[in-house]
Amino acid sequence: MLEIRNLHARIADDGTEIIRGLNLTVRDGEVAAIMGPNGSGKSTLSYVLAGREDYEVTEGDILYNGHSILEMDPAERAAAGIFLAFQYPMEIPGVATMEFLKTALNAQRKARGEEPLKIPDFLKRVKQAAGSLSMDMAMLKRPLNVGFSGGEKKRAEILQMKLLEPKLCVLDETDSGLDIDALKIVADGVNSLRAPDRSVVVITHYQRLLDFIVPDTVHVLYKGQVIKSGDKSLALELEKHGYAGFIAEAA
Amino acid sequence: MNVSVQPQRTPAENALVEAFAERVASLPGDPSVMLRRDAAIEAIKAGLPTRRIESWHYTDFRRLLAKVPPHDPTAVAAVIAPLVAGSTVLSILNGVSARAPAAFSGVTVRRLEEMLLDGSFAAALEAQGDDDAVGAINAAFAADGYFLDVAAGAAPEAPIEVQNVQAGGQTHVRLPVRVGDGAKVTLVERQTGSGAALVSSISHLDIGEGAEVRWLIVQDQPEDATHLGQFNARLGKDSKLTLFFLNTGGKLVRQEIRVVAAGEGSSFTLRGVNLLAGDSHTDVTMVLDHAVPATVSTEVVRNVVTGRARGVFQGRINVFQVAQKTDAKMACNTLLLSDDGEFSAKPELEIFADDVACGHGATVTEIDRNHLFYLMARGIDEKTARGLLVKAFVAEVIEELDDEALVEPLEAMLDAWFAEHG
Repeated sequence: MLEIRNLHARIADDGTEIIRGLNLTVRDGEVAAIMGPNGSGKSTLSYVLAGREDYEVTEGDILYNGHSILEMDPAERAAAGIFLAFQYPMEIPGVATMEFLKTALNAQRKARGEEPLKIPDFLKRVKQAAGSLSMDMAMLKRPLNVGFSGGEKKRAEILQMKLLEPKLCVLDETDSGLDIDALKIVADGVNSLRAPDRSVVVITHYQRLLDFIVPDTVHVLYKGQVIKSGDKSLALELEKHGYAGFIAEAA
Repeated sequence: MNVSVQPQRTPAENALVEAFAERVASLPGDPSVMLRRDAAIEAIKAGLPTRRIESWHYTDFRRLLAKVPPHDPTAVAAVIAPLVAGSTVLSILNGVSARAPAAFSGVTVRRLEEMLLDGSFAAALEAQGDDDAVGAINAAFAADGYFLDVAAGAAPEAPIEVQNVQAGGQTHVRLPVRVGDGAKVTLVERQTGSGAALVSSISHLDIGEGAEVRWLIVQDQPEDATHLGQFNARLGKDSKLTLFFLNTGGKLVRQEIRVVAAGEGSSFTLRGVNLLAGDSHTDVTMVLDHAVPATVSTEVVRNVVTGRARGVFQGRINVFQVAQKTDAKMACNTLLLSDDGEFSAKPELEIFADDVACGHGATVTEIDRNHLFYLMARGIDEKTARGLLVKAFVAEVIEELDDEALVEPLEAMLDAWFAEHG
């Protein structure tokens, strides 16, 4: 599904290198957790995967199903099946949530050579997805993310993910700002999407989310590199002993 | 008017003076009206305003008014579909009011021509200050329009739509409206047409105690037309006025808004959208007087500028010394989509009272890159994503009307504009 080879990336504006030789492979159907202390490059990795132009890849490659995506813009990557659930979803006044969902869904269908959805089919899908996330349809009548609480925004991200049915889901600190009930609802949403042909990259600071979305692999990110990989027990170890031991080991 | 001596008249000034000489015998009016017309043409002879006149500083009218086409009484204009289906339509076609006097839902309608002929409208033709070029051009030539009298307590369910449809040449109309105490009415003013015309249209709205008025000015003149609009309103005690304008057309547009909050407890809401493209020049100039205590106003103007278009917003709020507890807020936000477009915003507050809450702000921005990334990250291509964001920027203001019947057709006009210029 995803193969990152010796990736180097920097902030386009000032040239600060954030990702420094990162290697990572995520197989079809795998749920990979990326953990690391603040400033290790977790969010940057998610933005680089989604194609944000504020970051520049200077070396290495990102292969998605065997093909480099570096030349693709964010919309092309999304249409190809890559989805980033934002840590801080944007509030966009004036853009109606439903219109946004319909436009996004149909843009992706069009890029894949599919017919646009008929309105009743679209509404049915939205209702179903919203129901499964305990979201009130009235919320979706508001402008995109405007006035949503932190938890509502995260739910809205998962709602979009469910509707768009991506193949590679990247969740950037989806657990931040969620209380335990909301965390469970969001985790259920993600788990319901687990499939042999769909992979999930869960970026998180804490073990807590991984109690609900149980990963197949866990990778420790530090100073822009994966310094340790293992199975889910690695996350528990991190929770108990912190990052210091691994960092010392890698140094 | 500019009183300094002009060495030589511009072709436009000459055309106006000559047109007046040709048409004066056929313009309607009793002697008192004709006296005002003479005074108006004298003001024009003294020269149209240049940027040396403060209220015209960003719109050099003398230079920008390049062409004045001759009046063409044979030109044919047709009624258009109203903005809101089911509206009561009063049309002015090629400068002539089409509908005979009528009354409906507590509203009495008179053709303005009658009021020029009997002289009852003479006083209203007086110029408002020596920089009132729009008033002067209109007073010299105004031939028709409507007078609407909304009875106290009347609340016509359907909007009243006044259509001023030009067919080239010159169209000069007046639209006085009196709204009685406690009445509630929505009025749509359409300024449109199909020719390289010179249009002037002046309305005077007098709002009675506790009355509520929504007034929409929708201007989509063709790209070779000059449009001069002037909206005057006086707010009675505890009355409410919501004025919305949408400018999407015209080569040279000046829309003046003059509002006096003259009754305690009155409130004025201005929401406006300028969609500017091509080689056009659009100027919206507002003067708002908070003349008595405890009045409220908010003004939000949103502009989208593309091509080589130039836009101007002058917003002046005067808070009189007696006008304690005034609450006034003004904002002008511009989205620049091209390097060659420009927008000048000049907000002004003149406050003589000491217990007030007043503020203003003006911003000029480009599309927010974070928003663009978010939409693209969901698979929406860049062009579509930009379109959504530009539309969102102005749709926000339209949606504040909070009435589907108005919002929907206005947004359809946005879509049409973006399809052509986006």
